[in-house]
Amino acid sequence: MSETSARAAFSRVRRLLTARNLIAAGFALGRLGVLIGVAYTILFPLLAKVSSSFMAEVDIFDKTVNWIPKHFTLNNYRNAIKYMNYPQAFLNSLGLTLGLSLLQLASCSVVGYGLARFFFRGREILFGAVIFTLVVPPQMIMIPLYLNFRYFDFFGLAKSLELNLLGTYWPLVLMGTTAMGVKNGLFVYIMRQYFRGMPRDLEEAAYIDGAGAFRAFFSVMLPGAMPALIVVFLFAFVWQWNDYFFVNIFAGSRELLPNALAELAGRYSRDLSIAGSEYVPRAHRSLLNNAGSLLLIAPLVILYIALQRYFIESVERTGLVG
Amino acid sequence: MRISKIRMKKGHREAVNGIIFTLPFTLGFTFLFLRPFVQAIIFSFHNLQIGSHGYSLDFAGFGNYVNALFVQPEFVRTWVETTAQMLLNVPLILAFSFFSAVMLNQPFRGRTAARVLYFLPVILASGIVLQLEQDNYFIESLRSMEETEQGFISLQTLGVFLMRLRLPAGLLEFIMAAVQRAPVIIRSSGVQILVFLAGLQSIPPSLYEAADVEGGTAWENFWMITLPMLSPLILTNIVYTIVDSLVDPQNELVQLIRKSAFGSAGYGVSTAMSVLYFIGTFAILLIAIAIVSKWVFYHE
Repeated sequence: MSETSARAAFSRVRRLLTARNLIAAGFALGRLGVLIGVAYTILFPLLAKVSSSFMAEVDIFDKTVNWIPKHFTLNNYRNAIKYMNYPQAFLNSLGLTLGLSLLQLASCSVVGYGLARFFFRGREILFGAVIFTLVVPPQMIMIPLYLNFRYFDFFGLAKSLELNLLGTYWPLVLMGTTAMGVKNGLFVYIMRQYFRGMPRDLEEAAYIDGAGAFRAFFSVMLPGAMPALIVVFLFAFVWQWNDYFFVNIFAGSRELLPNALAELAGRYSRDLSIAGSEYVPRAHRSLLNNAGSLLLIAPLVILYIALQRYFIESVERTGLVG
Repeated sequence: MRISKIRMKKGHREAVNGIIFTLPFTLGFTFLFLRPFVQAIIFSFHNLQIGSHGYSLDFAGFGNYVNALFVQPEFVRTWVETTAQMLLNVPLILAFSFFSAVMLNQPFRGRTAARVLYFLPVILASGIVLQLEQDNYFIESLRSMEETEQGFISLQTLGVFLMRLRLPAGLLEFIMAAVQRAPVIIRSSGVQILVFLAGLQSIPPSLYEAADVEGGTAWENFWMITLPMLSPLILTNIVYTIVDSLVDPQNELVQLIRKSAFGSAGYGVSTAMSVLYFIGTFAILLIAIAIVSKWVFYHE
């Protein structure tokens, strides 16, 4: 190797090793590290659930089994589906979640528009109230709300009437219609910010054409607010699907997926105790619960992967920030 | 005169429209929020008995509060612990989501997949699933195995390494606590990352172009443009994070309040607990807003 070619190679290396390149490479490496760490933390519980849901009970106590089950079985799923009454609970949950998230979408967009575009006395107070509903923990109003629906007298307006609305969908429907559902204050906020960012020319053109406020809202503003509507609908759907707190309090007796999952282990062991054996060990219960949990979140994961563009990209463009 | 009359009429109609559009919320807020809220405060001063025909209230003065604070063995301890954890988590979640958003905003291969991954916890945060996870035999045993044997950096190794660096004890404790709660931090950062990402997209590119002309480095751009432009969102995210910790199904105090309601303590004491918790958190929220809004920078 001659001296000149060595020098050329050396200078090429030096050119590559400029400060800028080094920093860029360092960043890329750091990013990769962070991503691996985050992927590990997020996916670990999920993968652990998936792998254990296919295990037989002996595998849990077998120290040589880490991730791949030795006694592969579908029994956990079979039992989970049977004792959760899965097909029925799934359909009920789907119907309820779809209906409620559409109701919430309707109420939150109407209210958001009212707060964004019309000036009236008390508007700022009302907007403050929207934020206030987000800040108060639902646990605080849980008991009074429960009693209000247990002895429903139209909020003190018809004292003689005492309907028990618990176990029906009415409490959830009433809350959805009046923008009081899960995190609905946030949705009102998103819709208000979005409508505020839309140009006024659109409505004014509609007004000149002789449309009233409602025509203008439905024919011009709503179609223009599609990205925000999609975001609100998706989040409403996801949070409603995942909600256990309100669903359990108001409709705990209904065959819905969160209720069914909560009762899964109990129902299973009750059935077993009739058959003679009485106690279902903790390990066995966790296998069953893992299969059940996956059955509950599977529809959401599929929805999320299919619509991930809408979840992430349109949030960026909705002016969540305003 | 005629013009002002028309204007008045227009203003009147606008007000009527505004009231009609916001009516669903006004009704819901009054009957499904404010009324139960006031009732909760009233209940906290009473003993509540539920019979077969409605419920009855016995006035108890501050008895429930005294009971919650001085008789219930776990309440004060859990309250302090939950609040301390929240105060520790908020800056960590904020820092993590801020830098994650900056990272996810850069162009690189696999960015879409990375974003999908980061927001997965928002989708998976099912109340009942998280509740069951606490009683999950398999994951627990796997996790303890990872920590003692196979994890790529065990906590002890990290602790020993940091001791060698002769870091001050306070900082060392903070780092160890941060590492320990990494899963919680990562899991509760999804929405905050989304908010920061939206903010990053809304920074006008002309600012960076101007800085380029002036010869600003990436480091300077970050401190002089990105951080100040995102500072209003830092406030938004602090509020969101504090509020989110209130409704976290894994929040121990929330579990205690719920357990007390249906346990021996009773509705009255449970409601007193939740009123105290609300007042405490609200105070923290106001203090945080007061401190942070001092250095928030508004572009307009």
